[in-house]
Amino acid sequence: MTAIRATNLSKRYGGTLAVADLSFDVEPGQVTGFLGPNGAGKSTTMRMILGLDRPSGGSVLVGGRPYAELRHPLRKVGALLDAKAVHGGRSARNHLLAIAQSNGIPSSRVGEVLETVGLREVAGRRVGGFSLGMSQRLGIAAALLGDPEILLFDEPVNGLDPDGILWIRTFMRQLAAEGRTVFVSSHLMSEMAQTADHLIVIGKGRLIADTSVAEFIGRSSQGYVRIRSPRLAEVADLVKVGELHPDHLRVTAMSTLEIGTLTARAGIPLEELTFVRPSLEAAYMELTKDSLEFSS
Amino acid sequence: MTDILRSEWTKIRSVRSTVWTLAAAAILLIGIGALINAAQKGSVDEPVTAATAIQLSLVGNMFASLAMATLGALVISSEYRTGGIRTSLMAVPKRLRLLTGKIVVFTATALVVSAVASAVSILLGLLIAQPPSVDPGAVAGAALGSALYLTACGLFGLGLGVLIRHTPGAIVSAIALMLVLPQLMYQLPGQWGRTVADYFTTNAGMMIVLPVRGDSALGPWSGFGVYLVWIAVTVAAGAVLLQRRDA
Ligand SMILES: Nc1ncnc2c1ncn2[C@@H]1O[C@H](COP(=O)(O)OP(=O)(O)O)[C@@H](O)[C@H]1O
Ligand SMILES: [Mg+2]
Repeated sequence: MTAIRATNLSKRYGGTLAVADLSFDVEPGQVTGFLGPNGAGKSTTMRMILGLDRPSGGSVLVGGRPYAELRHPLRKVGALLDAKAVHGGRSARNHLLAIAQSNGIPSSRVGEVLETVGLREVAGRRVGGFSLGMSQRLGIAAALLGDPEILLFDEPVNGLDPDGILWIRTFMRQLAAEGRTVFVSSHLMSEMAQTADHLIVIGKGRLIADTSVAEFIGRSSQGYVRIRSPRLAEVADLVKVGELHPDHLRVTAMSTLEIGTLTARAGIPLEELTFVRPSLEAAYMELTKDSLEFSS
Repeated sequence: MTDILRSEWTKIRSVRSTVWTLAAAAILLIGIGALINAAQKGSVDEPVTAATAIQLSLVGNMFASLAMATLGALVISSEYRTGGIRTSLMAVPKRLRLLTGKIVVFTATALVVSAVASAVSILLGLLIAQPPSVDPGAVAGAALGSALYLTACGLFGLGLGVLIRHTPGAIVSAIALMLVLPQLMYQLPGQWGRTVADYFTTNAGMMIVLPVRGDSALGPWSGFGVYLVWIAVTVAAGAVLLQRRDA
């Protein structure tokens, strides 16, 4: 069953249209990346999924129902929105205990999730003194309390060190492998390429792409040939279809073999002749270019 | 609902600001009462009556009430400050249930602490004043009135906290509505002005503790009732906004 279904979802804040007519489904058993540049409307969409912000139009259902109608929502949905949004004066244990009690979750779960995220030793410490990495883990512990089928993470790797990033990535993969729905936002394509199975890409609040990662990579496989030479102008004349840059020539319409043959015949020495596969990042930039150009 | 009450109890007992504000309320109430009773005892020759000693022992209510209102405001405004309100609403998306849970837990906590502090303050006042005779019923009644008043002030703060969502803003409003404006209202001219002043927030509410002016239009319970209406309106307005606004 579809875990999250957004239908023509919109959100307007005064004059800003943060989310515009957004429709998508998020399925269980995989990591779905929610990708878009900063300000695209990812956090707003997540807040609407969780019933925190009221949609200006459209609707979003979680497990077939509006979030607010779930009886013990944390047993169905766990979410990490902002890791630092906790009362700094409370200990990690009490913070989690209050959350668990509100949903009738046994207090023994608090110890379990603290163990899972590796915070058992600091359970009694005030969370105000936690590093960002520790806060992030605490937020994940809170999301896991109710053993939910659906998990939402809003930019979970922001500000984390490489160890923390790897940990979260592995962890999300594992949750999906257990059959859960993992919906994770990011503004970095590279991040999503390594974590997600499916991508929902938005820009300026609108849906840009709803595709599997494999398909996305396939679509963006077109590259170009980079040529450097002490006689670059002559090479440019020779291949005709190149795009001349100050220190190199870019050619998309010819292969390295064709170019190499031409220049060898003309006796022009080359410093470099490389096929450059564009990064996923570049493909993503290309995709969201339009939605960025008009902003600010 | 019991789930929510347990959760809110864990929240309120696990932050230092609860202890600080409750301690401040108790110390202000007891300390000011003891000081004034001692001063009174030293300045007059004839014995102080029990009624006077009890009244003097509760003068600190004026300031203790602000500490209570601060805690009341913090119960909700601290969640807005930290962003924890989103975690709370994710756990309890039925917002009025969350608010009800907060109100119930806060009321119970405030009532117990203010009842104990009021009783201690009165007994200490009586010990200092050494009146010739003491009516236990009067002592109990005064302690009850004082506890109810302080708790109500805390709820006023909570209502302002929901409405304003911002700790300093809520506290400043509480000071204005509970301390400054009530005094200013007595400057209003004429009988009409006097009636407005009598019905204004703590001027009405304090009737249950000690009359601000002897000739108020309201009695102890009717005055307190009027104060509760102020509080109910504030909380209701906050509840409506809580339902409507994005978190
Ligand atoms: N509470 C709010 N009030 C006004 N504007 C908002 C609010 N939340 C978000 N926005 C605006 O909505 C747009 C989308 O923001 P957001 O959802 O935070 O994007 P993202 O998470 O993708 O970076 C931005 O232009 C942002 O400024
Ligand atoms: Mg965001």
